[in-house]
Amino acid sequence: MSTVVSGADMRAAGAKPREDARRDAEGPKPERLSPGRIGIYAFLVVSALFFLIPLYIMVVTSLKTMPEIRLGHLFNLPSEVSLQPWIDAWLHACTGRDCFGLSPGFMNSVKITVPSVILSILIGSINGYALSFWRYKGANLLFGILLFGAFVPYQVVIYPLIIGFRVMGIYSTMTCIIIVHTIFGMPILTLLYRNFYAGLPIELFKAARVDGAGFWKTFFYVMVPMSVPITIVAIIIQVTGIWNDFLFGIIFSGRPNWPMTVQLNNIVNTTTGVREYNVNMAATILTAAVPLVIYFVSGRWFVRGIAAGAVKG
Amino acid sequence: MASVSIRKLGVSFGSLSVLRDLDLEVAEGEFIVLLGPSGCGKSTLLNAVAGLLDIDAGQVWIGGKNVTWEEPKDRGIGMVFQSYALYPRMTAEGNLTFGLRVAGVAKDEIARRVVRTAELLQIGPLLKRRPAELSGGQRQRVAIGRALVREAGVFLFDEPLSNLDAKLRTELRVELKKLHMTLGSTMIYVTHDQIEALTLADRVAVMHQGVIQQLAAPKEIYQRPVNRFVAGFVGSPAMNFISGELVVDSAPALRTQDGTTIPLSGYPFAEQSASGRQVVLGVRPEQIHFDAHAQAAAALPLKLTLVEPMGADSLLWGTIGEEQVSVRVGPDETHEHGEKIKVHFQPAAASIFDAKTGERL
Repeated sequence: MSTVVSGADMRAAGAKPREDARRDAEGPKPERLSPGRIGIYAFLVVSALFFLIPLYIMVVTSLKTMPEIRLGHLFNLPSEVSLQPWIDAWLHACTGRDCFGLSPGFMNSVKITVPSVILSILIGSINGYALSFWRYKGANLLFGILLFGAFVPYQVVIYPLIIGFRVMGIYSTMTCIIIVHTIFGMPILTLLYRNFYAGLPIELFKAARVDGAGFWKTFFYVMVPMSVPITIVAIIIQVTGIWNDFLFGIIFSGRPNWPMTVQLNNIVNTTTGVREYNVNMAATILTAAVPLVIYFVSGRWFVRGIAAGAVKG
Repeated sequence: MASVSIRKLGVSFGSLSVLRDLDLEVAEGEFIVLLGPSGCGKSTLLNAVAGLLDIDAGQVWIGGKNVTWEEPKDRGIGMVFQSYALYPRMTAEGNLTFGLRVAGVAKDEIARRVVRTAELLQIGPLLKRRPAELSGGQRQRVAIGRALVREAGVFLFDEPLSNLDAKLRTELRVELKKLHMTLGSTMIYVTHDQIEALTLADRVAVMHQGVIQQLAAPKEIYQRPVNRFVAGFVGSPAMNFISGELVVDSAPALRTQDGTTIPLSGYPFAEQSASGRQVVLGVRPEQIHFDAHAQAAAALPLKLTLVEPMGADSLLWGTIGEEQVSVRVGPDETHEHGEKIKVHFQPAAASIFDAKTGERL
């Protein structure tokens, strides 16, 4: 009897909770603005401001004329927008004796970055492919040594490299700086590609072997088409790294080939004459523009590529 | 069509020896299934035949030619993998033709083979699709097609149906069998699924710990397993094992630990054994019959502990003495848990193994 009674009770009582549930579903989402949420947003806003305020100051300063800058109102919007500083930065700013602005440096950076990125990614991907699929003798040792390369401080190898390149007769040339970037990109790219290929099913590789594809055909026809996501990650890492490089650029490229970063430094650090803050700001933004654009365009891919290890073909 | 001959094969990974001194002869047009639990070396053996791994010792002959040191592509083999291993960025057609294109086969010849293969496997409408746009069964068909277009003499299958769901597996199994009958090619097929092994094979090689335990027709494997491992591995539910002591007086019998005597007269002993030998009796669940009016001598008391109705038949679980046994009965038999019944079996159809070595007596 008792079970029946309790069952009826349940049914009778059941009407009310169900109504409550419906009202909950229709009502506002619970606690949109809890104190925790407010805290999180506050932190995010402060962090964003922390990084955005310098950028804001750079942009507004670069659009002001020198007399206005001398007034010292750092945060004010320019009373009169002037694009002249940008034009000067690009075409007329002086680096030492030459006054051609940043444009030669930009071209140099492009000439350095493009071949370095292509070469280093090509070598890195082949390394990764060979290390994960062709398990030859000593492969692990080689990989270990390569990885060790990622942890060697640059300063340690700079002088030996200078001597080596001088002996080869290519020190202070475009070739020299491209080789340096390619070598220093190898450890991280090899690691990146090796891990990506290690996540692919080994049977894919076996199938290609049964189909008669050798080392290169398997690589170019089977592996490369699958490597798009990881290659985008590699491009971002390399373009950003090489474009922003200053140290190798100033040491290995030679004066006529100095990349944009070195020329920016020379413009900003000119000791003679008036300091043209607006031109300096414009020049700095111009130099930083390329990595910024890369990030904005490919950020989505970047995340995808990082997660690509989980994706099966 | 080609025969395959594996002679004194040895494979090891580092210090771990996976296969040692393994011999296997596969006749032209034969369907051989390598059956065994995970890690028994069956896939390793297949990869060695394919030339996908380095072997330490021995030789592999395909079609009367020593191919031990040949590249996989030169061995005259086609291979199908468990994970399909289709090239994801190529269409189904691209997958089929990749090997031919690499080998530089003429275009019209490639087209002819693709048409023929597509017809054989009914994948014509799928040819323009990428693997991601195919279902599991369709992918595996394309993968089989990729092996077929090579028009090789030997096809190697590495657990090709394991990634498919049960219904598709049954369908493709039947198709594979038909395919073999149509093509008449030599096939070596690796699986851990005994149903696949028993249904597909001309001969089954049951492997365990890198050794072929028994190489025989499926029926022989099932009915006359050469040792306890084969007996226990093949068959579902597994063969019942009852251990005890052999008694050879007027008629042979088995005395279990708790004193139950099981008559064995009629069992074809391969050799004479003395009384007191420790043995294990193996009886398949369907060989045990429920017997209402038992012929007193041969009947065994079975105490039921569980009844499992399985649709086509029912499985009774119970104990004889202290050993757990299962009995397969018709679906209409009604029994209850705890019931005590009498059962009997034909000793001639049973198996008896030595308790120590596990070898068939």
